[in-house]
Amino acid sequence: MLPAPFEYHAPHTTEETLELLDQLGDEGKVLAGGQSLIPLLKLRFASPAHLVDINKITDLDFLEERDGTLRIGPLFRHKSAERSSLLASRYHVMADAAPQIADPIIRNRGTIAGSVVHADPSGDWGTVLLALDADLVLRSKSGSRTVKARDFFSGPFSTTIEPTEILSEIRIPAAKPQSGGAYLKLERKVGDFATVAVAVHLQMDDGKVRSAGIGLTAVGPQNLKAERAEAALKGARLDDATIKEAAALAAEAAEPKEDHRGSVEYKRNVVRVFTERGLKRAYERARGGG
Amino acid sequence: MGQSITVTVNGEKKTAEVEPRLLLVHFLREKLRLTGTHIGCDTTHCGACTVLVDGTPVKSCTMLAVQADGQQVTTVEALAASGTLHPIQAAFKQEHGLQCGFCTPGMMLTSVALLQEKPDPTDDEIRWALSGNICRCTGYMNIVKAVKSAAAQMKASAAVPEAATASARS
Repeated sequence: MLPAPFEYHAPHTTEETLELLDQLGDEGKVLAGGQSLIPLLKLRFASPAHLVDINKITDLDFLEERDGTLRIGPLFRHKSAERSSLLASRYHVMADAAPQIADPIIRNRGTIAGSVVHADPSGDWGTVLLALDADLVLRSKSGSRTVKARDFFSGPFSTTIEPTEILSEIRIPAAKPQSGGAYLKLERKVGDFATVAVAVHLQMDDGKVRSAGIGLTAVGPQNLKAERAEAALKGARLDDATIKEAAALAAEAAEPKEDHRGSVEYKRNVVRVFTERGLKRAYERARGGG
Repeated sequence: MGQSITVTVNGEKKTAEVEPRLLLVHFLREKLRLTGTHIGCDTTHCGACTVLVDGTPVKSCTMLAVQADGQQVTTVEALAASGTLHPIQAAFKQEHGLQCGFCTPGMMLTSVALLQEKPDPTDDEIRWALSGNICRCTGYMNIVKAVKSAAAQMKASAAVPEAATASARS
């Protein structure tokens, strides 16, 4: 299968990229890892007139903690996340998610930012960013703006990014002591999209939940943030009753559709079970275990 | 509209005029006639078209040929370039790591990259590394055996000069 014809651009700097996107407007599309975009082009679900490949701008491939913020660049690939000792030690929800993205060969090329902008409701990283309450920096020739992850997704494969913008940086509040997270994903086989997945991030404060983030994958028109469940946890001690209540609220927040992966009832139940398990695992990790 | 690219394929510089929409796999198979790289699913699932780009396994149906400009691509044809089978090929043959053989080039290239990084992988690590390569014949047991056997073989031959030096010293 061949994509429809397009013109190809491979700029060497971000400025050049933004200039190009500014000129191209609706006609331009950014190519990062290409592991979602190229299949879409081949299936002709997308046929942009111009592709702007950012892979030559190697300084966009970064992950760093600076000034109380974890910063992820547009070319930071899944495999680098999978191998990052920083993520493994302090950003559990990301470290859990990374090896569960697609398959190892796809992870060699695919990027976190690309996946987020692709905004597949069954994609994993959007959910993780919702749980972590991430900020997304969107940059265009005329300047940059910062959008909360929860305001970024607007529907299936839809976000509030403009065609002239790139997601230039993902910003996550730096992990503090007593924080923990988990990502639980049910997939039929390696490389399949999630039947259901749940992301949990907890910030504890002397036995009480200071803040909780819960994201849901593949159970709605976009990655969802279970805000009522998060609110129920805030300030609470994490006993069994609290965990059960939050899990029930997360299940209520899910809007699954029946398909070949399962029924509505089944998926909702998986959300409940995964939220319970995720909270327990995150709590354990926040206390320095597992 | 054509675009000129130069890709080092199996150690040889190849320059060609290609359409930007040409996929790397078609460049290899149709322009360079290197048909050892197979097209399986054509939808980024099966891994039959896996090649190494700068040493890293990539599904060549999901990369544009223009993106490989200036890079090193290794296909299955490079493995026995010297005329003798690469240890991974010998092991796949010995351990019957293939049935129909369609997935084999991708399996072997992913395995070569794995062994570069982890010369002594466990069964789990092998299965994990190969989880993006699908064998429709379901011949996974022997594939895992083949990779283990290749690892042992490569370790043994890498150890030879060391042993020789040791005995020369004594």
